[in-house]
Amino acid sequence: MRSVIFRTVAPFLTGLMMLFSVFVLLRGHNEPGGGFIGGLIAVSALAIYGIAHGVQTVRRAIYFHPMTIAGAGLFAASIAGIVSLAAGVPFMTGLWIYPSLLGVEVPLSTVMLFDTGVYLVVVGAISSIALSLEERGGE
Amino acid sequence: MSRRHRWDTDCVMAASTSPPLDLSAALVLAPPTAAEWLVILPVVWCLILGALLVMMRRNVSLHPVIAIVGLAGLVGIDGLLLLEVIRNGPLTMVMGRWLPPFGIAFTADLTGALFALIAALVALAAGVFSIADINDSGRRYGFYPLLMVLMAGVTGAFMTGDVFNLYVWFEVLLISSFGLLVLGSEHEQIDGTVKYGFLNLVATTLFLVATGYLYAVFGTLNMADIARKAEGLRSNAPLMTLAGLYTLAFGMKAAAFPVNFWLPASYHTPRVVVSALFAGLLTKVGIYALIRVMVMLLPVEREELSFVLAIAASLTMIVGVLGALAQSDFRRLLGFLIISGIGSILAGIAVGGPGGIGGAIFYALHSMLVMTALYFASGIAMRLGASASIVTLAGLYRRHVGFAALSLMLCFAVSGLPPFSGFWPKVMLVKAALDIGAWWLAAVLLLAGFLTTIATGRLFLLAYWREQAVAVGETPPLPAATLAPLAALTLLTLVLGLYPEPLLATIQDAAAGLDDPSAYRESVFPGGWPQ
Amino acid sequence: MEAWFALLVGVFFTVAVYLMLSKFIIRVLLGVAVLGNAVNLLIFTGGRLMRGVPPVIADDAQVLAGPAANALPQALILTAIVISFSFFAFLLVLSWRAYDDLETDNTDEMRVAEPVNEPAPPLGY
Repeated sequence: MRSVIFRTVAPFLTGLMMLFSVFVLLRGHNEPGGGFIGGLIAVSALAIYGIAHGVQTVRRAIYFHPMTIAGAGLFAASIAGIVSLAAGVPFMTGLWIYPSLLGVEVPLSTVMLFDTGVYLVVVGAISSIALSLEERGGE
Repeated sequence: MSRRHRWDTDCVMAASTSPPLDLSAALVLAPPTAAEWLVILPVVWCLILGALLVMMRRNVSLHPVIAIVGLAGLVGIDGLLLLEVIRNGPLTMVMGRWLPPFGIAFTADLTGALFALIAALVALAAGVFSIADINDSGRRYGFYPLLMVLMAGVTGAFMTGDVFNLYVWFEVLLISSFGLLVLGSEHEQIDGTVKYGFLNLVATTLFLVATGYLYAVFGTLNMADIARKAEGLRSNAPLMTLAGLYTLAFGMKAAAFPVNFWLPASYHTPRVVVSALFAGLLTKVGIYALIRVMVMLLPVEREELSFVLAIAASLTMIVGVLGALAQSDFRRLLGFLIISGIGSILAGIAVGGPGGIGGAIFYALHSMLVMTALYFASGIAMRLGASASIVTLAGLYRRHVGFAALSLMLCFAVSGLPPFSGFWPKVMLVKAALDIGAWWLAAVLLLAGFLTTIATGRLFLLAYWREQAVAVGETPPLPAATLAPLAALTLLTLVLGLYPEPLLATIQDAAAGLDDPSAYRESVFPGGWPQ
Repeated sequence: MEAWFALLVGVFFTVAVYLMLSKFIIRVLLGVAVLGNAVNLLIFTGGRLMRGVPPVIADDAQVLAGPAANALPQALILTAIVISFSFFAFLLVLSWRAYDDLETDNTDEMRVAEPVNEPAPPLGY
């Protein structure tokens, strides 16, 4: 897109939306939000960046191939389930640890790992579709 | 209204975990045994391997090795699971410790474990065949990750004990099958995928509609719980509507007449190994779901629908085999033979009883092996004869005698002739049909078998035995990777035909387990029903 | 209220079926999208409707005070939305590819995989 305003604003908007998507992802445990909607926000951010600066720029910016990101997400989600094997509880049981980081207690759980996996799967799969659509639209 | 209030309270009881409450009312407290892990392991195994393969985009040359080792592992896991189920009865693993019916249960009974094992064998054979059939660009496109995810979906569908979860696994295998179908992106493939994609999506949406109604009626999605509640609801709930919707949805997935047209429109377009995989797995998942829902969950409704099912089965058999007789493309001919086989399986479901259901299960397992092998044969024939049409294909017998012999055995097997695995289920089905007095169904079964013999006989005469009219150059060498899986599957059908007793006994137990799912229920609800 | 929702679901299904009966892929695609929403609404209604009572237990209680909205259909719908969304995205790309490559979006003219004049199989040899 040729609009100078849009091209200038797009990177900031993308960064902000990416940050927001992570916020929504982490918020999802106890309040509305979660991996799927967070992932969609991240994909929208990438799509905006792509509209402003072209699909190739986006592909360079995310470094990994979108499907690799989706694969990593699927892997994380599967691992989140299989951790239960070591803990001796049924598959997909939520397990928590509370390490303290610089004096602050940080609750981490397999549930969060699973949700992060969902986030990555959505980012990878949907951005790969969105980018290929944008590429074709630009022809 | 009052019923709903009770579920809500139940939900809440299960959800609150504060110390004063009795946790054993809501959670599984005993650690799961190693055997119970076997229920979930095949699915997780496939998903993890699929994810790893997706991430390894840069060294695709390693993909086949990892996938084949992974599929061999899957065969091992499924084999262990089947042994365990034969020995100790159905096994259940509930997700996240929540007690069923609130927690999603994965339950492997004999039927599910048998289907899963044969599916894994078929996938392993396809994995080996793919070495010769999938080139580097196919690997980069992601054939092997898609294959693993497809297997996760198939195995998940066979193992799950929850109707909505079954829908989810259907979608997992459907989305990976889309990916496999367009692999190569030729015009033909895109054309086939459009038809396959839209019609299958409609079928799964119908399945979802039925599941929505099911939940509205039963207030539960757990299969064991549904089987229990169906008895009490039968007099005042529209269970026939549910049964009809499920029959339509699964019939469409299984390609039964009159909702079969997507199959011959798409199965001959993708890579040969993909066709073979789909022929062995996808329609059979629909059949499995139909057996599970109609025989185990809604047996009375199946009885009432049996005439409709029998008519659909007869038409499927006849239309399928007539289609096969009219085709000149090797792979499209096979597509119609799949449909004809689905008709035989449906006939077993229509007849019911241990003979009918056992025959249906046996026929489905036999069809998985034989149809996959036949598609392999079509791929090899296309390599040898450089053509897919039996108008031009000729003289394959001269080119490779061993291959022609294997193909002939498969032609016999798919027609239901002894001494191959197709013979026994056919006998069981005909006998079951005669036992309930449905002589016309038995006649159709035999007629379809006869016409299949003609169709495959014509295929063999024209493509294999006919002398090549024009002189041809040197026969291209056949990679061992194409011949080995064909030989292995053919040998398996021969062994199962000559020595069917162990499988037959297991299948009879499986059918009995579907007819009276008390062992299944006991596995899901070990301490009796939740109050 | 369920009756009104049932009516709405019926309207959705009508629209979806009408669109899917079209020959043109893009209309079929729109029909599929509407169909997905029809089913979601159906599940939502099937789980019984209740307004303004979230199934949340008060801080000082162990169980819910009274009847509350059923949370399960919403979980089911969320799953179904995710699935139908990804299918819609995939089919959209596929339809575009089909339009590009086959140069038609009329399903009657898509005969690449099943040619119109296929030679009949030989009758003898």
